[in-house]
Amino acid sequence: MSEHEMAENVIIRIQELTKCYGEKTAVSNLSLEIRKGEIFGLLGPNGAGKTTTTLMLLGLTEPTSGAAWIDGKDCIRDPIAIKRITGYLPDNVGFYADMTGRENLRFTGRLNGLPEPVIEERITSLLEKVGMTYAADQKAGTYSRGMKQRLGIADVLMKDPKVVILDEPTLGIDPEGMRELIQLIRRLAEEDGRTILISSHQLHQIQQICDRVGLFVDGTLIACGTIEELAKQMQQEGCYVLETAALPDNPEFPKLLESLGNVNQVEREGEVYVVHSSWDIKRELIRRSLDAGFTLTHLRQRGNDLDEIYRRYFEKAEVNHGDDHKKKQKRFAGFGSRQQEHDLEEKG
Amino acid sequence: MIWRKRDKEDEAQKQPKGANRFGSGLSAIYHKEMADHIRSRRFLIVLGLVLLTSFASIYGAVSGMWDGTNTSTDYRFLQLFITSGSSIPSFISFIALLGPFVGLTLGFDAINSERSEGTLNCLVSQPVYRDSIINGKFLAGATMIVLMVFSMGLLISAVGLLVIGIPPEGEEVGRIFVCLLFTAVYICFWLALSILFSVICRHAATSAMLGIALWIFFALFMSLVVNILTGILYPTDQMTSVGSIMDYYECQANLNRLSPYYLYSEAVSTIMNPSVRSNNIILPQQLSGAITGYLSLGQSVLLVWPHLIGLLALTAVIFAISYIAFMRKEIRSR
Repeated sequence: MSEHEMAENVIIRIQELTKCYGEKTAVSNLSLEIRKGEIFGLLGPNGAGKTTTTLMLLGLTEPTSGAAWIDGKDCIRDPIAIKRITGYLPDNVGFYADMTGRENLRFTGRLNGLPEPVIEERITSLLEKVGMTYAADQKAGTYSRGMKQRLGIADVLMKDPKVVILDEPTLGIDPEGMRELIQLIRRLAEEDGRTILISSHQLHQIQQICDRVGLFVDGTLIACGTIEELAKQMQQEGCYVLETAALPDNPEFPKLLESLGNVNQVEREGEVYVVHSSWDIKRELIRRSLDAGFTLTHLRQRGNDLDEIYRRYFEKAEVNHGDDHKKKQKRFAGFGSRQQEHDLEEKG
Repeated sequence: MIWRKRDKEDEAQKQPKGANRFGSGLSAIYHKEMADHIRSRRFLIVLGLVLLTSFASIYGAVSGMWDGTNTSTDYRFLQLFITSGSSIPSFISFIALLGPFVGLTLGFDAINSERSEGTLNCLVSQPVYRDSIINGKFLAGATMIVLMVFSMGLLISAVGLLVIGIPPEGEEVGRIFVCLLFTAVYICFWLALSILFSVICRHAATSAMLGIALWIFFALFMSLVVNILTGILYPTDQMTSVGSIMDYYECQANLNRLSPYYLYSEAVSTIMNPSVRSNNIILPQQLSGAITGYLSLGQSVLLVWPHLIGLLALTAVIFAISYIAFMRKEIRSR
């Protein structure tokens, strides 16, 4: 605890947290620190241990070993204190179907032991905030998924939490609803100064809102940092990916690409060629293609978006973990990983 | 600036929180569950069913009294509850049979429906102890049961009073009260049991089936099983002395008393029938010199005191099991 107070702005501290279900290790040796007011994204495929981690943080399940603190309070010993300051929005949030949205919020307020006037005041302001005032007196059973999600956020905020944990908040929501939700989450961190932990596998949304991300594969945190840091790290390890296209689009072009130095692989993805190389080949590519009479119509360095970083890290984890997990990650990543196994031996 | 604002809010929030820190979750859950029960159609159906059967049994009892088949002149009012008509069982045997149904209906989906609706993990992520969730649900159900049992008792007494026109004596009122109390405890036992099943089983249907299976077993098959068991333990060809016959009957009674159905029936028939002097077998020698008469209420209660304690202990054991099962449950969404 004294250690915690030294690092004043760290609000969530996880130390070597491990959870085993029989033989299977859901989370192994997780250590992580999250600062106050930060939006942290926990990324990983289904079954990577994200939800288990959030459950352990909330004291809803006991870790096999290790410890975690939120705001200096022990997550295992003092779950009630944790639950007082932590709001949790589970995936598939449910409400009592035969109570109205307002009654559901009121119930949550009472569970938190808030006095009645505070409850009513907060319900009004939160409904306004999440844009649900118009449906507040409808039965929660009639709500659509997006409405439930928004009511869920209001529900989480009833206790005025310092830390908000959102489990797959963007799952199954239409684009417009998603945009509003993301703005809402952003506001929670920026205006109210709450710390937000989001677990998700939807990279684009995470990219838009998270300050830092942690990548989770098979219970292990394989990378952690801002998106820029992760991209830089990837490049240092010699992973450059270039998208390019040229006119005339004939079979000569890929041959030319393959003949460039440091190129590991060339593949076609729709209209463009994707070139994997271990060095920056842009200048050489431009020069050589001009010489050969090609006009470049497209040239873009990939690697600064989370998609690419994510894929890279997964391939790396795959190489390290062996083949038994390959299937799952492939299914999740959604790209066929036809990547050669180049010099990616070190773990991130 | 943001931080300062938050701190202030924190302070404002802490003040009332400290005041009702204990039991705030429990009372919130209790009130919500009560509202749910009262509004639910299920409860109305159960209430209707129970009222219907009790009126049927009263009708049977009254018509039996008019036919003159029952000639006893003492404790006329109690006869209303224990007399069975020509084809209709008596009130207390009806309740012994139907009471479990009421308890099961109120509790069989207490926990697992919350799980399947996805509300349970919201509930346990609030600052509430997990046992308050079970306690709140049980207390709400128990309140409904007590209300139902006593209003039913009053209603039947009122109808009985109108029909037979004999006001109950003070002791009769006391006996009816004790009987209703027993009924409430008995039904609460089944409520606790159904809550336990709802903790253990993932699906509401499974827990309902389990509850119904136990109900039918206790009400219909338990005595058969006990007969077979005692038959094996005390074969007839070895029954030579009075002592062995007594052993046989005692063993049978004690095994039967493991069943809450039997416990309740025995207790209530003792309470409602002042001429019952003992729950065990009595030899003629023991009765020699006894004056024929009725037991007083206090003596009757003394006779069934162990039954009440037994029922409460069974309930407590079930509670302990459901606490342990629920504390260890990891609650994931759906």
